[in-house]
Amino acid sequence: MSDRLPGFSTLAVHAGAQPDPTTGARATPIYQTTSFVFNDADHAASLFGLQAFGNIYTRIGNPTNAVLEERVAALEGGTAALAVASGHAAQVVILQQLLQPGDEFIAARKLYGGSINQFTHAFKSFGWNVVWADPDDIASFERAVTPRTKAIFIESIANPAGSITDIEAVSTVARKAGVPLIVDNTLASPYLIRPIDHGADIVVHSLTKFLGGHGNSLGGIIVDAGTFDWSTGGKYPMLSEPRPEYHGIRLQETFGNFAFAIACRVLGLRDLGPALSPFNAFMILTGIETLPLRMQKHCDNAKAVAEFLAGHPAVASVSYAGLPSDKYNQLARKYAPKGAGAVFTFSLKGGYDAGVNLVSKLQLFSHLANVGDTRSLVIHPASTTHSQLDDAAKVKSGAGPDVVRLSIGIEDKEDLIADLEQALGA
Amino acid sequence: MNHDAYPDNYIRGILNSVKSIAMVGASPVNVRPSYFAFKYLAQRGYDMIPVNPGHVGKELLGKPFVASLSDIGRPVDMIDIFRNSSHIMPVVEEALTLDPLPKVIWMQLGARDDAAAAKAESVGIKVVMNRCPKIEYGRLSSEISWMGVNSRTLSSKRAPAPTQGMRLSLNRMSVGGGDTAASDRAAKNKTGQS
Ligand SMILES: Cc1ncc(COP(=O)(O)O)c(C=O)c1O
Repeated sequence: MSDRLPGFSTLAVHAGAQPDPTTGARATPIYQTTSFVFNDADHAASLFGLQAFGNIYTRIGNPTNAVLEERVAALEGGTAALAVASGHAAQVVILQQLLQPGDEFIAARKLYGGSINQFTHAFKSFGWNVVWADPDDIASFERAVTPRTKAIFIESIANPAGSITDIEAVSTVARKAGVPLIVDNTLASPYLIRPIDHGADIVVHSLTKFLGGHGNSLGGIIVDAGTFDWSTGGKYPMLSEPRPEYHGIRLQETFGNFAFAIACRVLGLRDLGPALSPFNAFMILTGIETLPLRMQKHCDNAKAVAEFLAGHPAVASVSYAGLPSDKYNQLARKYAPKGAGAVFTFSLKGGYDAGVNLVSKLQLFSHLANVGDTRSLVIHPASTTHSQLDDAAKVKSGAGPDVVRLSIGIEDKEDLIADLEQALGA
Repeated sequence: MNHDAYPDNYIRGILNSVKSIAMVGASPVNVRPSYFAFKYLAQRGYDMIPVNPGHVGKELLGKPFVASLSDIGRPVDMIDIFRNSSHIMPVVEEALTLDPLPKVIWMQLGARDDAAAAKAESVGIKVVMNRCPKIEYGRLSSEISWMGVNSRTLSSKRAPAPTQGMRLSLNRMSVGGGDTAASDRAAKNKTGQS
């Protein structure tokens, strides 16, 4: 029993899982049950009072989901995690712990279009006010800080254009402002980037994408880095103050460096309710076992496809951080040396019409609104994921009218290139 | 001992070997962390002794409170101090007058006093600071995994189904010493500032 650190692939297969004590089942069983029997009244009271470890009701926790939580926490190098029904649900649960009505959070302008919508409209109605900053101009984060700022939110690799954010630079701003840095690591996955190593305090994923990886299950997860001190100045009362929901427990004092994950579970998931189905947790766990193999292939294929497109006469430009000429190539070399991800955009000389034409001619690429599937995917963000933004905001978030987004799968790259070639050529 | 990051084998060795634990600052209030830890450790088979001068004459889960360490009147293996950092030294000094000496002095999550630790270590007592024995027991047994906590251990063995009051095996494979690197760095910076 020496204390040696197993590698990423070993953790991807083993972390959080063990043979089922009752049956010996080696694969993680799907505990498809709503509730769990108590030993006696005292045991029930201990569980409800957070005094004992154990299961109560699947909206609060489930053994299949717990394996997923520990596995992702281990892969990200965090202290604990909480799985929820979707990436969007994870974002709501995180901010509910941090913001009171009237508070602000700073978000990078380059984000998944759905997150831009969620922050602008849904969160506004909760009184959580987003202030936008430009990830290419770190000083814009600094300028956005006010006494009401409670968090900073960025994507490690940003949807849709695959641009890379300078996580360390933003984390310096967050530390100075005394607020946690939240990093959406969906497009990188911990195989490519571990944001906690670069100063993130909270990592969030849409498990729907590369972690699940097969385009079959929605899910989201919140990882607590254990790095943030929630006790200072009563700024984060959900964590530092006695909680009336639990007869006066202070979560930070009781749970130390995984108090944020516990807050998300017992104040967020319990009360807002976006529980992940254990069946989805099982599907996602199975996906994660092959994450290192898939992710490398995704990246290698993406680079080959990006190189092909960059040399094609119908293509005006390719935005892929893995290309040496790309604006984000330096950051990609620093943060994602194994590969710059598999989601990127390119623009066509023929503009909007050429984009629509391309999408209709492709035969292997599927036209749909998702990324991070084994299958290669294509979409025209301006008319779909980013359609609710005005034209200026579309361009600013990397989704102008001439832009096509690809999510490269794990097929043979020659077949993907041939499909693009026939669709571009005709 | 490097008190910034304990090897799992150090913590495992302590939790596997001690049998009696005197908890200084144990609270009968059931939302206090000391109550949680006392109850859990008692359920996992440790011989728990609550020490708190404010509650003498009362019991904590059937165990009578004593006013001070010297009132225990029998040898104890470990002293678990549930007081904040500024109240650690007098407790350690009292512990050093016990005969026989305790084998371990443990300071709770958030509590750290390096001078007190050095004093105890100089007479051969093992010291743990800024950790919770309930969390560490739950982590090394992986029981804490029910809450999505990263136990930082792995096992391909089939464990027996846990029942109430059962001792759990702590002998899983560790996937790295001490805490996660990032949270350790953060804790260290915090201690440095305060
Ligand atoms: C970067 C990023 N974050 C968050 C989400 C939202 O995740 P979900 O669809 O699981 O709610 C997505 C979905 O496309 C995404 O790409």
